[in-house]
Amino acid sequence: MSSRRDFMGMALGGFAALGGIAALYAAKRTWDPLPSVKAGGFTTIDLSAAKENELAVEKWRGKPIFILKKNASMPKSDRDVVVGGNHYLVVIGSCTHLGCIPAYLPGDLMFKCACHGGEFNTAGVNTFGPPPRPLDIPPFKISGTSLVLGESGPEYEKMLAAGLTQSV
Amino acid sequence: MAHFDEKAKPFSHQWMNDRLAVDTVKKVLSTEYWIPKNINFLWAMGMILAATFGLLIVSGIFLVMYYQPDTKTAFDSVNYTIMTEVGYGWLWRHIHGVAASVVFLIIYIHMFTGIYYGSYKRGREMIWLSGMLLFVLFSAEAFSGYMLPWGQMSYWAGMVITNLFGGFTKDFLGGIGNIPAVVEWIRGDYVPGQAFLSRFFMLHVFLLPLVIIGVIVLHFAALRIPHVNNQDGEEFDFEESAKLYKEDSKKESKVIPFNPVFLSKDIFVMGIYFVLFFYLVFYHFEFAMDPVNFDPADGLKTPLHIYPEWYFLWSYEILRPFPFNVGLVAFGFAQVAFFLLPFLDRSPVVAPANRRGLFKFWFWLMLVDMIVLTVMGKLPPQGAWTIVGMVAAIIFILLFILLPFITKNEKKA
Repeated sequence: MSSRRDFMGMALGGFAALGGIAALYAAKRTWDPLPSVKAGGFTTIDLSAAKENELAVEKWRGKPIFILKKNASMPKSDRDVVVGGNHYLVVIGSCTHLGCIPAYLPGDLMFKCACHGGEFNTAGVNTFGPPPRPLDIPPFKISGTSLVLGESGPEYEKMLAAGLTQSV
Repeated sequence: MAHFDEKAKPFSHQWMNDRLAVDTVKKVLSTEYWIPKNINFLWAMGMILAATFGLLIVSGIFLVMYYQPDTKTAFDSVNYTIMTEVGYGWLWRHIHGVAASVVFLIIYIHMFTGIYYGSYKRGREMIWLSGMLLFVLFSAEAFSGYMLPWGQMSYWAGMVITNLFGGFTKDFLGGIGNIPAVVEWIRGDYVPGQAFLSRFFMLHVFLLPLVIIGVIVLHFAALRIPHVNNQDGEEFDFEESAKLYKEDSKKESKVIPFNPVFLSKDIFVMGIYFVLFFYLVFYHFEFAMDPVNFDPADGLKTPLHIYPEWYFLWSYEILRPFPFNVGLVAFGFAQVAFFLLPFLDRSPVVAPANRRGLFKFWFWLMLVDMIVLTVMGKLPPQGAWTIVGMVAAIIFILLFILLPFITKNEKKA
């Protein structure tokens, strides 16, 4: 008698759990970024307009993108994007600590974050303070004198493989 | 039905009693809900919290009628429509803002009263745990509400706090704790945007208040059986004392009924509280209105100095002075540490902290440390302040680690 009741209880519980898991999955998917948000994740930037040692800020996926054309005297880095012989720093302008936007100090050739005092050099590498890693390089593909952000080209894949940045 | 008076007129007392047991309910929840006499004004904080929560709901109802959860119009719907066009819109906003801030002050007083008098153990664990759950829910409610005006502080607080859910850095423990996808999932976008604003609006005005009301009911229910603690942690027979009270030996009895005797005292304390509260609402509301949040949200410009509202500063300061991964662990610990209090305190003694040996120092050190952390959290992270903040954060963690040891051999007072 009690085993029949146990069976009914377990069957009910099992189906209820199944429905609960399905509902949780639907809830999770509802909170995912929408396809339209995902599709808006590509931005083309023309690099030919950039001026030397002057920070240009573009927007990609709502995040600021720092573009810094290097002049001859500024140190080169493996993290530079090279287009037409010119070296560019192209990074997401969010501090890798908690996401504040660092300011560029052209005289000192460095970025400084006002939130918690983090500093980065012109290669985007963290040199002081709490940031745990260099500024992230967005996935990019070189196309003529332009960059397509959001698409990963061979140059970006090479940087990823070398551990110079991490995927975002 | 066993006892059912057929002659009772509809909605008469007898008729209602037969159907809803109104007399019994009234006795259990009010006229024979016994409260110890040996208490002080700190025992009124619970009702003050309930009343403040009521004010938040009432003012929130009026605000939600004009607020627009849209990234393009949210800022103006608050700062223009509600503040300048809606009749008395400013009143609801200032009540809502001041109450959201003051409610945390009262929560902290309520919490530290419980800690001081040992009201979290020996049968009162569920009161403490449900209360701590309410603290977490109120924190989530405050944070989600802070997003809604969509000013600079809203946006950047949203950015910084949701980033914490990305977990540890990639080089930590082989990257198992590195989950940046969770951040995008919470936001529904790469950065806080429309999806983020509307879901936090839903959380703030519906889901979280609903859950809070449920847990408040649990919190009250958890109190009904073990009863309220008293100033000496004295255990006595409530039934015996209640019998004395009902036999009119009120002087000999150690208890009073919740309603009307205790409630009348509660309302007196509430009266003083509301004088101060409305003084703040009408004359000093600006303390609850950060000037930075009167600039509209801009994803390409970080405010010079980002800090949370004062009630989150202590836990923010536990996150801040450490390297990223260590800070995250310390921060996580700070969020759950107070939940563990009934289990870390190994002493069976229920008494005021000042009569409890080493625990006396633990209590006052913890209180001062929380205040130091709060002050440090507001100061820019520079020079000597960073060191003071780090020491205070380490003391906070050490105090919890030491608690079982200092309470284990505590002598009965």
